[in-house]
Amino acid sequence: MNATGFNILSLITFFPLAGALLIATQNSVAKGNARWIALYTTLITLGASLYLWANFDYANPGFQFVEEMEWLGASIRYKMGVDGISLLFIVLTAFLMPLCILASWEAIEDRVKEYMIAFLLLETLMLGVFCALDLILFYLFFEGGLIPMFLIIGVWGGKRRVYASFKFFLYTLLGSLLMLLAMMAMYWHAGTSDIAILLTHKFPREMQTWLWLAFFASFAVKLPMWPVHTWLPDAHVEAPTAGSVILAGILLKMGGYGFLRFSLPMFPLASQDFAPLVFALSVVAIIYTSLVALAQEDVKKLIAYSSVAHMGFVTMGVFSFTVQGVDGAIFQMLSHGLVSAALFLCVGVVYDRMHTREIDAYGGLVNRMPIYAFVFMVFTLANVGLPGTSGFIGEFLTLVGAFKANTWVAFLATTGVILSAAYALYLYRRMMFGPLEKRNLRAIMDMNTREIVVFAPLVLLVVLFGFYPAPLLDVTAVSVKKLVSNYEASLKAQQADNGR
Amino acid sequence: MSELALTFQPLIPEIVLVVGAMALLLLGVARPETEQEAERICWLALAVVGVALWRLLAQLPGTQLVFDGGFVVDDFSRFMKILTLVGSAGALFLSFDYMRETRSLTFEYPVLVLLASAGMMMMISANDLIALYLGLELQSLALYVVAAIRRDDVRSSEAGLKYFVLGALSSGMLLYGASLIYGFTGSTSFAAIAQASKAAGAAQNIGLVIGLVFLLVGIAFKISAVPFHMWTPDVYEGAPTPVTNFLASAPKVAAVALFMRVSLSAFGGVAPQWQQVMSALAIASMGLGAFAAIGQRNIKRLLAYSAIGNVGYMLIGLAAASPEGARGMIIYLVVYVAMTLGAFACVLSMRRTDGMVEDIDELSGLAQSNLAMATVLGLLMFSLAGVPPLAGFFAKFYVFVAAVKEGLWPLAIFGVLASVVGSYYYLRIVKIMFFDAPKERFLAVPAKAGLVMAVAGLFVLLYVVWPAPLVSSADAAAKSLF
Repeated sequence: MNATGFNILSLITFFPLAGALLIATQNSVAKGNARWIALYTTLITLGASLYLWANFDYANPGFQFVEEMEWLGASIRYKMGVDGISLLFIVLTAFLMPLCILASWEAIEDRVKEYMIAFLLLETLMLGVFCALDLILFYLFFEGGLIPMFLIIGVWGGKRRVYASFKFFLYTLLGSLLMLLAMMAMYWHAGTSDIAILLTHKFPREMQTWLWLAFFASFAVKLPMWPVHTWLPDAHVEAPTAGSVILAGILLKMGGYGFLRFSLPMFPLASQDFAPLVFALSVVAIIYTSLVALAQEDVKKLIAYSSVAHMGFVTMGVFSFTVQGVDGAIFQMLSHGLVSAALFLCVGVVYDRMHTREIDAYGGLVNRMPIYAFVFMVFTLANVGLPGTSGFIGEFLTLVGAFKANTWVAFLATTGVILSAAYALYLYRRMMFGPLEKRNLRAIMDMNTREIVVFAPLVLLVVLFGFYPAPLLDVTAVSVKKLVSNYEASLKAQQADNGR
Repeated sequence: MSELALTFQPLIPEIVLVVGAMALLLLGVARPETEQEAERICWLALAVVGVALWRLLAQLPGTQLVFDGGFVVDDFSRFMKILTLVGSAGALFLSFDYMRETRSLTFEYPVLVLLASAGMMMMISANDLIALYLGLELQSLALYVVAAIRRDDVRSSEAGLKYFVLGALSSGMLLYGASLIYGFTGSTSFAAIAQASKAAGAAQNIGLVIGLVFLLVGIAFKISAVPFHMWTPDVYEGAPTPVTNFLASAPKVAAVALFMRVSLSAFGGVAPQWQQVMSALAIASMGLGAFAAIGQRNIKRLLAYSAIGNVGYMLIGLAAASPEGARGMIIYLVVYVAMTLGAFACVLSMRRTDGMVEDIDELSGLAQSNLAMATVLGLLMFSLAGVPPLAGFFAKFYVFVAAVKEGLWPLAIFGVLASVVGSYYYLRIVKIMFFDAPKERFLAVPAKAGLVMAVAGLFVLLYVVWPAPLVSSADAAAKSLF
């Protein structure tokens, strides 16, 4: 049994589902009901996840709050648990959801009930991904998330929503199915699909290579890494604001989480072999997509490309195999989860008013919308990685880790930081500064109370973690240390084998 | 109990069906030829199936051989028979509303369905080449007539004729194969054939292997595996929709079961010889099923290609030639029957005041005019595409897991790629229903179709919660084949 005395992980995971069922029973004419139920459900889930955090044992590197049940039989069980790596992603998911519901409050007028159901369903599936301690269970949640996201993009998306939703679905499906085959091979080799046992299972070197590649196919698409990132800009641009927030905030993180949970600890030898490949792709992602972002005319597309670049830092950090790099990668993911989510919400604010995402359609907004300009400024700087914002800590730590592993990689990646400053500030200047020339912008209103409520916690956290990252790093510290030391130990064992 | 009664005890479900069919036939002839009477006979036929199911469930576990080993009742046959009868009952249950509306309800229809079901049960239990052929023909002859049940309709007659001609061809091949096997093993009994196939040098016994291939080709026709699938889209499209539903569900189960018993039990000794055939059939079926369905406009044709693709996935389990593979196929069949019945219940509900529609585009915007039906059909489509956590995912999971265990990597990887391509056309239906602008509403969903839809939808959705019972009984059924 665990510290809380009941199955808290299942409760957190399936509570949103219960909310979705409740909404399903409501009359579809009463849009308010669906909204309020969704908001309360997500807030209670957030509360429960904070309670989980409060009861988390920082000194324990293993899995906590573990629950187990018979499920498929033949040693495929329903097993949930969290460690320092997954805990914060659960909290992040639970934290972003209420904001998404609030951001959709007025933006979504059509089929509100179905929209809220899809979002709550998605929350259950995302939380499940981070809680699952069984390969098949993990896959179930990982892949199941495609259904609600496909519908969210396709039903409530923009003009090219059909194209974007299909591209998103098929791209991700292909990658994940290869991973599924790899999981089956692992199951037959180890005789179990229990992640905790698989973490200590030694796969033969040859097999590791293939398994690693199959998992890479899935996570690289999900993260996404260059050159399989092209679904992301389309999906981001066409998705409704809250959909983009969830995509950037949580779904992308599943890829990084997957690398940390599977690739690195289970296939250490293959990870080492493929690290140069990952470094190369990361550096290309950081520099190339930053340059691409510079040329975008669409705000959301620009932020989408910047996401790809930031995820490049994550993969670089993970595959530096150092405590700093891995810590930095997790921090970068959490920070990016807040910052990119906030940026998409910022775009949503003006999109709800003007219904265009063209950068040229704006300009001089600071004259009419000072609060908005301030909020946008904070997140722009956090996106650049200015010291004092959470973005800095993540980038800095991953660069330190990468520097230890490979100086050139660190050097090239650092130029990406400069490029990110270029595109982010250029975007800011074009949208915010200058005279307010556009006639239709003259009547634009500044943020209302609901919007301020959405942004206040984000601004606060981004600045807080920028100055004081300890609350997050303390959670991850022990688990990351264990991860890295296990990795080094298995490399040593391999060398000893070769020497014999 | 007398010796005679003991001999016939394992056959009671079949006897119930056959006697019931005859009784209903007499009743139908004796009573006036009205729709009310025909509908009453439909209900009676359902009752007969119910009694047969009840007797089947009451059978004791364990293996029993009847008729000098020509007829076997074991865990596998019981499982498959139950599934077949459920499929038949579901198809019959969905039929009569539609048939009454199209003024084509006649009392022969339920009788033929009962006879076909009896044939299928015979196929499932066949343990001898002659029993196999008898069961197969009883089933097929009934099905040919059922496909052409709307005599005044050109499409239906054409479907019946096509089905008959190609079916006769496949029966011929099957018989030729059977005669070769008999010639080279000296027996028609599966037990004797199994012994001959396990003997040293059986793989070099060219006559046996060629006979086997002909036999497999004959059965491959019945399950519409590529390249023996040509009749499927035309027959599916042409036959009246409830008949298509019937063709797609129960006979598939019986034919696949027969396929499994012939290859795994009778020819288990020369598995490497037919494993290649199965792999080839599987790859061709999955590939064609995935690509050919993309361009379809008619939902029945699309479901035909989907059925072809699904057969391909099932054959992966057979290609593995292991208990896990057989288990995967059994689970796949269960899920497939549920999805097929559900999908056809939806197709049968595509009704407007001016009649039935079959064009996929007519589903446009269904989510806004009838959310419940759109949700069920959407779930079924995602399930057919194999997206977790729906039942269709587990169906694929178990066959792939078997293939991976046996190291059939090319087959597994091809299967995965085909399922990505296949998911495109399933998604297209979801897209049409959920993303597109609504069209004119359909008439209200008929109560029976609604019930089947609800059951299928819940099965597909909730399978994940409690999968263990099905897995363990499928496990037991699969083991009795080895």
